[in-house]
Amino acid sequence: MNNRVTSERTRLAVAGARSGAVSLDRQPTGEIVRGRIFWALLLLAICIALLGLALVLVDAILDGRQRFGLDLFTQKSSSFLPESAGFQNAILGTLWVIGGVILFCVPIGVGAAIYLEEYAAKERWWSRLIEVNIQNLAAVPSIVYGILGLAFFVRGPFGLGRVALAGSLTLALLVLPTVIIAGREAIRAVPPSIREGSLALGATQWQTIWHQVLPAAVPGVVTGVILAVSRAIGETAPLLLVGAATFVTYNPSGPMSGYTVLPVQIFNYFTRPQDEFFALAAAGVLVMLVVLLAMNSFAIWLRNRYEQKW
Amino acid sequence: MEPASTTSTRAPVIEPLTGVETAAERARHRGLPDPADVVMECLGLNVFYGSFHAVHDVNLSFGRNEITALIGPSGCGKSTVLRCLNRMNDLIPSARVEGEVTYDGIDIYGRAVDPIEVRRRIGMVFQKPNPFPKSIYDNIAYGPKIIGMDGDMDHIVERALRVTALWDEVKDRLDDNAYGLSGGQQQRLCIARCIAVSPDVILMDEPCSALDPVSTSRIEDLMVELKERYSIVIVTHNMQQAARVSDRTAFFTASPDETTGNRTGMLVEYDKTARIFTNPVDKRTEDYISGRFG
Repeated sequence: MNNRVTSERTRLAVAGARSGAVSLDRQPTGEIVRGRIFWALLLLAICIALLGLALVLVDAILDGRQRFGLDLFTQKSSSFLPESAGFQNAILGTLWVIGGVILFCVPIGVGAAIYLEEYAAKERWWSRLIEVNIQNLAAVPSIVYGILGLAFFVRGPFGLGRVALAGSLTLALLVLPTVIIAGREAIRAVPPSIREGSLALGATQWQTIWHQVLPAAVPGVVTGVILAVSRAIGETAPLLLVGAATFVTYNPSGPMSGYTVLPVQIFNYFTRPQDEFFALAAAGVLVMLVVLLAMNSFAIWLRNRYEQKW
Repeated sequence: MEPASTTSTRAPVIEPLTGVETAAERARHRGLPDPADVVMECLGLNVFYGSFHAVHDVNLSFGRNEITALIGPSGCGKSTVLRCLNRMNDLIPSARVEGEVTYDGIDIYGRAVDPIEVRRRIGMVFQKPNPFPKSIYDNIAYGPKIIGMDGDMDHIVERALRVTALWDEVKDRLDDNAYGLSGGQQQRLCIARCIAVSPDVILMDEPCSALDPVSTSRIEDLMVELKERYSIVIVTHNMQQAARVSDRTAFFTASPDETTGNRTGMLVEYDKTARIFTNPVDKRTEDYISGRFG
């Protein structure tokens, strides 16, 4: 009898202990609430970012939709005929400037990236100094580059005058740090085992870089260049200083020609009092957004298409 | 001397030297390659990484057309020694090598020696298969192309793939990316790539550690075939593998420094593989191969 009571008690105690120890039910604790709040904050952040973009888009579409059309690309700019004015000379100016930027910043940027990743003694203080400086340069306000371009390329030692080439050189300097950083990341993403495999076959360092490292890094480098260039397309401030501010109504004939660029042209139209110019400027914003969106999409496609899985 | 119970379980006791033998006889007696057949040799090899003494005073000779296995616990310096044999350690800025490593009697760390020339003659296969992100064909053709080898490239590629028994598996997809191959195939491709430049010595750094047993056994068969034409040095963690394929085995271990506590690798024993695995002289070798440490 006594025995049975004990065993009954024991069984109860065991059951009680078990029920306390193992529970898979959801517990309403502070952790869960904190997790929810964190999630909501993150969602808010992305919403604000998207909202900003959407506002710009909607505003530009509403203001510029009646002026958005093919004649934007076929008509030159005008300061008194808003109905027939377009962006042709500004678009061509942008193309000349950006072509020059690519020509200057790709070889120099990729070269600098190769040197820093493959040749520089990374543990030395001067390598670190260079690295920190490049990262700083990427954050320097663009107007500073404009002043530099004005002093060096437009006047000063180069004395090119207010021409597209001066704009190209200025913007190339501006995006060079971005290209170098993107290039270094792409080169660093090529695993060391590829270099070892090549060197173990008796390849020189130069052959290894040229035949193995660079081809494997090309998608990353190209992606970085496109992103850098799409930043250059949108740049206005430095170009105002190096010549693009002049109101030109003719198409640029080459790198040594006077020029204007899309964002500067948009700015010029916005400053005019007539409402028609305002609509024209909004249509120009749409053109720019479309160009940038296309370039960034191309960069993403390129990265996904050619990305090497190691 | 050793207790009788231990000696009775061991292989026949080796007759002591009488002092009148030739160098070749002395080498054979000690289980070393005949001096005339030595392809590479380490003489007083010390390796440092910065101030860290990684390998201490290794004297080791590698026989021509033999497979030499380097075994030992992790961190004993066997991979470091291997990477000294074709100057791959040059790629580590802090690495410093003292002593001599000779290839055909020439010190490969000599002042006038070009490491590129060294690596063209002494190839290397790595632990993890590392094909280039290119087609199968280009993986093989890359080496011959950069060193400017003469001859029909298609022929060179086919020969290298046939030697490694890959030809029948890949001949219809030579233009496919090498990353589409299985791990074992990738490793055989890396061996084929190495063979394509006609090296003299092939160094293998744990070539099967990332592979399944079937692929491993294929690579082992391949090694035994390859030693007819090449001299092979292999680092392995797998003692059965060393016992199966190698002619001679060097056992390394790491001993902690009394003052710094750093573990410096050293060569403990070097002998014919059969003797290392059945009748090792050193207690540490015996403990290691019988699985008592490491």
